[in-house]
Amino acid sequence: MIPRHRRPLGAAALLLGVLIAVALSLALGANPLPLALMWDTLQGGGTAESQFVLGTRGPRTLAGILAGACLGVAGALMQAFTRNPLADPGILGVNAGAAFAVALGVALLGLDHVSAMVWPAFGGALAVTVAVYLIGSSGRGAADPVRLTLAGVALGAVLSGVTTGLTLSNPEAFDAMRGWHAGSLLGRGGEVLLGVLPFALIGLIVAALLAPGLNAIALGEDVARAQGADVRLIRLGVVVAVTLLAGSATAIAGPISFIGLMVPHAARWVFGTDQRVILPVSAVLAPLIVLVSDVLGRLLIAPAEVPVGIVTAFVGAPVLVLLARRRRARGLGALR
Amino acid sequence: MSAGPDLARRPLRRAEGRLPLRRGPISLVLRPRALIVAGILLAVICLLTVVALGSGTYRLAPAEVLEVLRGGGRPMDRTVVLQWRLPRAVAAVALGALLGISGGLFQTVTRNPLASPDILGLANGAFTGMLLTLVLVSSSWPLLSAGAVLGGAATALLIWALARTGGVQGFRLIVVGIGVSAMLASLNTWMLLQIELETAMFAAAWGAGTLNGLTAPPVIGAVLCAVPLLAVLAVLGPSLRQLDLGDDMAAASGVRPARVRSAALLIAVALVSLATAVIGPVSFIALAAPQIARRLARAPHLSPMLSGLTGAALLLLSDLVAEHLLPLLARTREAVAAALPALAAHLPAGPAPVPLPAGVVTVSVGGLYLVLTLIQEIRRRA
Repeated sequence: MIPRHRRPLGAAALLLGVLIAVALSLALGANPLPLALMWDTLQGGGTAESQFVLGTRGPRTLAGILAGACLGVAGALMQAFTRNPLADPGILGVNAGAAFAVALGVALLGLDHVSAMVWPAFGGALAVTVAVYLIGSSGRGAADPVRLTLAGVALGAVLSGVTTGLTLSNPEAFDAMRGWHAGSLLGRGGEVLLGVLPFALIGLIVAALLAPGLNAIALGEDVARAQGADVRLIRLGVVVAVTLLAGSATAIAGPISFIGLMVPHAARWVFGTDQRVILPVSAVLAPLIVLVSDVLGRLLIAPAEVPVGIVTAFVGAPVLVLLARRRRARGLGALR
Repeated sequence: MSAGPDLARRPLRRAEGRLPLRRGPISLVLRPRALIVAGILLAVICLLTVVALGSGTYRLAPAEVLEVLRGGGRPMDRTVVLQWRLPRAVAAVALGALLGISGGLFQTVTRNPLASPDILGLANGAFTGMLLTLVLVSSSWPLLSAGAVLGGAATALLIWALARTGGVQGFRLIVVGIGVSAMLASLNTWMLLQIELETAMFAAAWGAGTLNGLTAPPVIGAVLCAVPLLAVLAVLGPSLRQLDLGDDMAAASGVRPARVRSAALLIAVALVSLATAVIGPVSFIALAAPQIARRLARAPHLSPMLSGLTGAALLLLSDLVAEHLLPLLARTREAVAAALPALAAHLPAGPAPVPLPAGVVTVSVGGLYLVLTLIQEIRRRA
């Protein structure tokens, strides 16, 4: 953890990192642009070719920023809410629901382009999270995190089984789904991003409102109640925000693994445990990592590409293993 | 301990629902409820086997199936039952049992009721091995099996090595397993994207775990390999139960926890690898079977025998559903269309009537089981 008075410096470094990542994401790829030409093009000049290249890399970069920010914040919310440092926004069944709806859309309606899959994905994610919440919160008492997690895992398993069955009996659906499952930022048009943006923004705002309450919950629910926090309301808020955020991210990019898990960890590690700090840091750090992973994916086997979701798994998994190997991994001990 | 011999001679308190039997140095605790449950499970397995042997496009009544099994029947019936369907049914029973036993071992060793071979990344590792073999070497059955076993074993070793600092702890094992599994899953997604659609679909069906197209030799091989492992397990059984008391208590009663745990884990990995080599990574059986068995028997610890029987029944049932679900759906659709011609044009096309991988059903049913348990639990508390 860095000392409190150095935090502004850390924040500045983060922002600089994002700027560099955005520049790299715009410049690098199968057809690299020199920085000067890129700058020219951004201001309206440049060649026809450079305009075309930026026309595809621009939305792709925006998609990375939006999906990344959503995943980072959703992950931080999930981990604070469940007080489980290994919680991932996908736990509530978002990915399984989105995948199921996309597979249905491809098999029954013949959707064939990633832009057309955004809304089924979003709707599926939303519907499944609501179902998970209903199962997890039925009966007496509020929805407690353990029950929600179990409900999410269980419902996710059912849906993933049905999705696999659906795709294995329908070659077109299989072909579409094997691409969607990898998680990619490619071919997401600007209008798609604009459509998802309002939901993501609402999610981010709700998350920002929740931060102080999450700090109280971190001390245990009884303490939180004693401090005057409305635990029930906070839980509902977290589920709403995570649904909107993870749903938006999955709708845009498909399932991108490990960002929601790793980024809040890193944020906690460097900036301490205050949720009012962790949430914004996650919102900035996650896009940085998504963009860098995306750029790596373009360069690794150029001129072909590795989808970003696969790169993030290979970046995130080793970090997780390292964390587990440290003798007293900070925060991980809470699980024992 | 000075009190040791004295303690051993004192008769144990008779807890409800169990009968201690002792003769000389051998002592056994019989639980009547467990025996009854085992009997019922066996009956269910026999029943399902007869149904499985009789169903398909060439249908046989249970009496005809029993006739064939007794050594009679028409030649055509004999071919269909004994050569086409029996290997598959036997595979479902035998390999389902191996999966159930293996899952029980994993849960005993990690003391986590949600642990399954998947925490060692075996399913994803085996799929990676199979895909690599398919892409780089050949698509012949024995080689794919060998690739899957190698992949699974390599993954287990890797996770074991990474989780080993200062003794393998259940928790660290799980976290490292999650990480490595996720990485392999990504690698598998990536490889599926790189190959031809038809090959990818074949691979994905295998990756879900399937008994479609199974022949007798690999099943016999797997069962023969499993016998010595199960014998070792039987010897290990009593010490394994001591582990439930906690490491200190177990050590005090003369068991070496670390050694017993490693041996049990090794057997568990070997058993699940055998099953995976033949039918691919079928999920949820290893996870759910021990817990279902424990609930049925109301036993305090996981019994390998009951876990195995439950696993066998589960896989048999799942495979029955997976094989016949879509063909049945298509037949129903045809029947409806024939009966009501006016409606025929409006019926949706429906999926192709192909047999599904059994793993598709196990994962759905397993998830449904979890949901139902959860709702039941909530009701009880409310």
